[in-house]
Amino acid sequence: MRIVITSVFVDDQEAALRFYRDVLGFVVRHDVPLGEHRWLTVASPEDPDGPELLLEPSAHPAVGPFKQALAADGIPFTSFAVTDVHAETERLKAAGVRFTQEPLAMGPVTTAVLDDTQGNLVQLSSYAG
Amino acid sequence: MSDVFRALADPTRRAVLDELHSRDGQTLFELLTRLVQRHGVTSSRQAVSQHLDVLEQAGLVRRHKEGRYVFHHLDRGPLREALGRWGFTDREGLP
Repeated sequence: MRIVITSVFVDDQEAALRFYRDVLGFVVRHDVPLGEHRWLTVASPEDPDGPELLLEPSAHPAVGPFKQALAADGIPFTSFAVTDVHAETERLKAAGVRFTQEPLAMGPVTTAVLDDTQGNLVQLSSYAG
Repeated sequence: MSDVFRALADPTRRAVLDELHSRDGQTLFELLTRLVQRHGVTSSRQAVSQHLDVLEQAGLVRRHKEGRYVFHHLDRGPLREALGRWGFTDREGLP
């Protein structure tokens, strides 16, 4: 058993694709029309055969309150590893990405938290080298 | 005024003020992270949220809503006012 797909709930799949692909730099793995929505997954260019991130529509009524409660408390539900949080934060801020937490060293790990424009907070983390 | 001293009586609440003093404008998540990491405070999210309520009532912390997010800011005004009672002024070392 291995982890192949994990999901983020996105308000708008097309806008989410623009953010995850064009801003964060992920590559599209699957884009299958499925009625009103799409089966839309992306993967890391550093690990294209690795786990896929499913950009799942937020349509279910339980999703809104869940996302709002996490966002209000600043909680990132999703986390990505990067080589250098400081460099990545600078790169993304230059691209207009909003961070709710600047890089913060916590022992061996440094983290930052960004807004994915789709109602989610995402944590970036790197191990101090 | 008594609210200010009651708010300051608790070590966790003083740690919250320490962290907001070191970096102003934090989410609850960042505060929780800092409290665990730097003060060994392992209070629950709900407990820290309640501490923030007490600090807010005392006027020492202001919550600022920005879109979907809430940031916490330090307000030193009530402290200045409280100490002014005994003649302290800004020039006597209060930032």
